Parts: sequence; structure tokens; C-alpha cells
Amino acid sequence: MKIVVAIKQVPARDSLLKVNSSGTWIEDADLAYEINEPDAYALEAGLQLKEKQGGEVVVLCAGPDRAGQTIREALAKGADRAIHIETDESVLDTLTLSRMMARALATEKPDLVLTGLQSDDLGYGQTGVVLAETMGLPHATLIMNVEADGAGIKVKRELEDGWFQHVLMPLPALLTIQSGATKLRYATLMGIKKAKSKEVKKLDAASLGATGAVSVRLERIYLPEKAKRSQIFDGPPKEAAAQLVEKLRFEARVI
Amino acid sequence: MSGVLAVLEQRDGKLHKMSLEALAAAQQFGAELGLPVFAAVLGFEVPALAGYRLDKVHVLEHELLRDYTPDGYSIALQELIGRHQPKIVIFPHTYQVRDFAPKLATAMGRALVSDVVGHRVDNGNLVLVRQLFQGKINADVRFEGDAPYFASIQAGAFRADKLEAGSAPVEKMTPQLSAGQIRTKPLELFRESARAVDLSAAEIIVSVGRGIREAENIPVVQKLADALGAELAASRPICDNGWLPMERQVGSSGQTVAPKLYVAVGISGAIQHLVGMKGAKTIVAINKDPEAPIFEVADYGIVGDLFQVVPAIIEALGK
Repeated sequence: MKIVVAIKQVPARDSLLKVNSSGTWIEDADLAYEINEPDAYALEAGLQLKEKQGGEVVVLCAGPDRAGQTIREALAKGADRAIHIETDESVLDTLTLSRMMARALATEKPDLVLTGLQSDDLGYGQTGVVLAETMGLPHATLIMNVEADGAGIKVKRELEDGWFQHVLMPLPALLTIQSGATKLRYATLMGIKKAKSKEVKKLDAASLGATGAVSVRLERIYLPEKAKRSQIFDGPPKEAAAQLVEKLRFEARVI
Repeated sequence: MSGVLAVLEQRDGKLHKMSLEALAAAQQFGAELGLPVFAAVLGFEVPALAGYRLDKVHVLEHELLRDYTPDGYSIALQELIGRHQPKIVIFPHTYQVRDFAPKLATAMGRALVSDVVGHRVDNGNLVLVRQLFQGKINADVRFEGDAPYFASIQAGAFRADKLEAGSAPVEKMTPQLSAGQIRTKPLELFRESARAVDLSAAEIIVSVGRGIREAENIPVVQKLADALGAELAASRPICDNGWLPMERQVGSSGQTVAPKLYVAVGISGAIQHLVGMKGAKTIVAINKDPEAPIFEVADYGIVGDLFQVVPAIIEALGK
């Protein structure tokens, strides 16, 4: 089974974010980056499927030069090779980006394409579904488990309020993987060593026909205004705790 | 029709709770942009939507829409949208919408603006507000090029109690669908375990998130829950890790709660968690990151290390 896992590199989860002076994006000079956590679960699902079924795991990543680090980490965890679309993905809308990814995969003909349910930065939560439609593949989202079922697959989908559903699908197909369904593996020393010699095919965004014509434009970013007036106690723990308990007893009167 | 179309979600004849909020958003956009407002419901023997001021309700009925599939919904809605040419198409940002709306928009050559939390009208153009970086940053986004424009609305962003009552003519439509177009086969819905804990009945909830770092530290917050006579709950990562059972999870994939007091310990406040608890009367947040979105909804907050703050609160409660 040939499995493509689409991953994204995003600012590390605990980054302190500042908006740049023109309000177009965050100050990114001093940021640390990591794999988008939901995509790490998609990669894990792909690697586990390969271990069970045999085949190949190909990582697909669109991003600037620095994304190379995240790609190497995915290879170190066990992906066989990678395709790196070199582009500044933050200025593209999902549709334009997915068209580029679909073109990059045109010659690959994967059986299964996996990705995370959403990105931790833009959070549109739709790249997988849009990519499926662009590639003409059936899809299912928020997948907890994948098993072979004849020539196709049977997947377990998460719905709201604790409900689940099994769905039968033909191959090839695209799945977005729910985070947290399995434990993530760490790269082994051997894996890290091997990753250095694995193939990373670099593709130029322009060669993939990215037109730059978008149907949605990110106009401005800014820190949200506080909807509620919070009272923040930031003194030493003992003092802050005493102030809080006082407020809960005599102002909010909830304890 | 060049109006605003709200595509609503129903199961067993009942509207999803977020559908009414999406309808409220559509009414508001329609009023501010001077456009008529329509609604659409899909299924098999769908009950017509009554009681709201709308220009028309489209009911899309087909045997192949009895069970939801992304192929069926996308094909049926392409036909409706192609026929009536709405300018704006609004959805509630439910799991089902996340599954088919990006596909529908793509099939029509557009991008969907998902998870909208606010809006404004600027020179007759709609500017939508959505969150980035798990709620730490907001963004204004604008549509470019030709309509239709697609957007999905986050839970709680618009108020269902602001819906204008009235009536609407109903137009039934049987979309052109054939079994061969539906590529996936959905099976029965199921639940994994009976819920033993009903968090929605709790008056006080102490809820724990990633900040607790490891399972061995759970007793730190359990002691606080005991001191307050509270139920212990958690954000999703804690339950995914098996540190607390799934039935104690609060948020869009867990339970929705509205206690008298909700104490969020080491929870950053991703929107998926906030939708499950922001109805609490009083919210307390304890987090080391002063920029954490949980402080946006908190009435009281302590910025600090929970391993120092929580024992200090337990001590103060004993006084």
C-alpha cells in the first residue's frame, strides 16, 4: 500500500506570539517550529498501517526552507521518502495550496492519503477534504481507526457527543486522522541516521502552477479584544490564592 | 436568488443546536447587506422548518440523503446553489459540515472560510473574523472574486435567541442523485460506553489540561476538587492519554457543561474546549501563559505555576 501523509510545519505550541508591525502575520524571526500536532497523528497512523500491510510512506509538505527540518524528523520516525513543495504557504488559501499538492501527487498515485484534522496555526480544518476533492478521491474525516476490508477499507469516524460510525470506502481514498487515538512514536537513533540518506524531492511552487489568485484573503491579524473583564491575580501564589478565594466567596458567591 | 443561504443540519427531524445560530447569522448578514435570506435542509422526509422569518425554505429530499454522505450532500447542494445562485452560503461549524462543506466549496471552485466567530460590513462587503493559533490571534478575512462565498459559523458566535420569528414558504426539491455517485457506505452510529458521570449536573467543576504534564500529577487537582466539593473534568488531551476516563471530557467532542463555578487548571482554552464550558456562571483560570485564550472567558485568573497555585488555593479554602 502506498500511503502519502501530508504534514505541515507550524510554530511550536507554547510560542509567545506577536503580531508583526504591518498586521499581516506574526513576528516569525525568533520562533521555534515543529510538526503540526494533528499531522503527527496522521504520520503515526500511516506508519502503523505500513507496518501491518507493508508498502511505503511518502511525506508531503508545503512550506519554506525551514520545513526541511520537520520533513527530516518525519523521515527519522520511519517515512520512506518525502516531497517538499517550496512555498510560503501562509499567504495561500486552502484551495490554491491543495491544487499544488494534488499536482505534486499526480505521478505518485497513492492508495491512501492521510493528514491531520486541522493545523494549529491557521486552523481552517479543511486541507484534507479540499485535497480529496481536488484529487477526485472519496474521503472521511476525524478517523480513529483504519482496517482493510476486501479491496477497500473500513474506518471508524468520530462524531459529536461521544458518537462513532463505521464507514466503508473504496481505495484510493483520503482520510483526516483524529488526534490522540494512538501514542506517537519517537525517532530512534538509527532512524535519525537513516533519515539523512532518504530522498527529499524538492518541487518549486511555480512549476506546480500556483497562480496566486485566491478566493479568500487574510486581511489583517490582531490580538483578540477581551470579551469579558477578567480580574487577574499575578502576585505570589499564596497571595493570589487568598485573593481568589475571597472573590469566590464574597463577590461571585459561588463557594 | 442572490441572497444569503443557510444550510442547516438535522438528524431524525431535529435541527442541530448550532443550526439556529447559523440561521441567526444568515438573518443578520441579510439585514446588513440588504439581501433576502433562505434556508436549506437535507434528508429524507425532512420536516419543514417553521417559525422563522425567511424568504424561503428549501427542502432537499432524496432516498440517498437518508444517511449522510459527503458525496450525496455535496452533489445535492451544488444543484441547489447552481439553480438559485446565492451570494453567501452559511453553515454551522459542526463535525458534519467540516466533513462536506470544504468539498462542496472546492467543487464550485471556491475556498470556505471556516469557523467564523464574528463579522462586520465594510463598504457593502462582508469581512469575517476567525481565530488563528487556537484562539490566541484573530484574523479578518475577505472574499475575493465571484460569489458564491462559503462560510461556517463557530458555536456561540451568534445568538439563536436573536432569531426573528415569522414564516416562510417551503419549496421541495428532489436533487438528481444516483447510487453510483455515492462512493462511501456509512454504517450504524454507535457509542462506546454508557456515560457514568453526568458532568452537566455538577454545580462545581475543576477541570485539568495539558499543564498538569503527567498522570502522576492528577492528584494535585483531585485534591482541589475534593476541597471544593467539585467533580473532576478534563480537556481532550488528558482523556486521550488515558489519565482520566473519556466520560470526564469537556468540549465539543465531550460533554457541554454550565456549572455555577468552573475552575480550569492548566488548560490553554482551545475553542473546542471553550464551546463546552463557556456557559459556566463563574470561570476561574489558572495558567502560566498570560496570553492563553482561557483568560478571555475567565472571570478570575491566576497567572502562575499550577503546582504552586493549586496547593495555595486548597490552603486558603481551609481558612
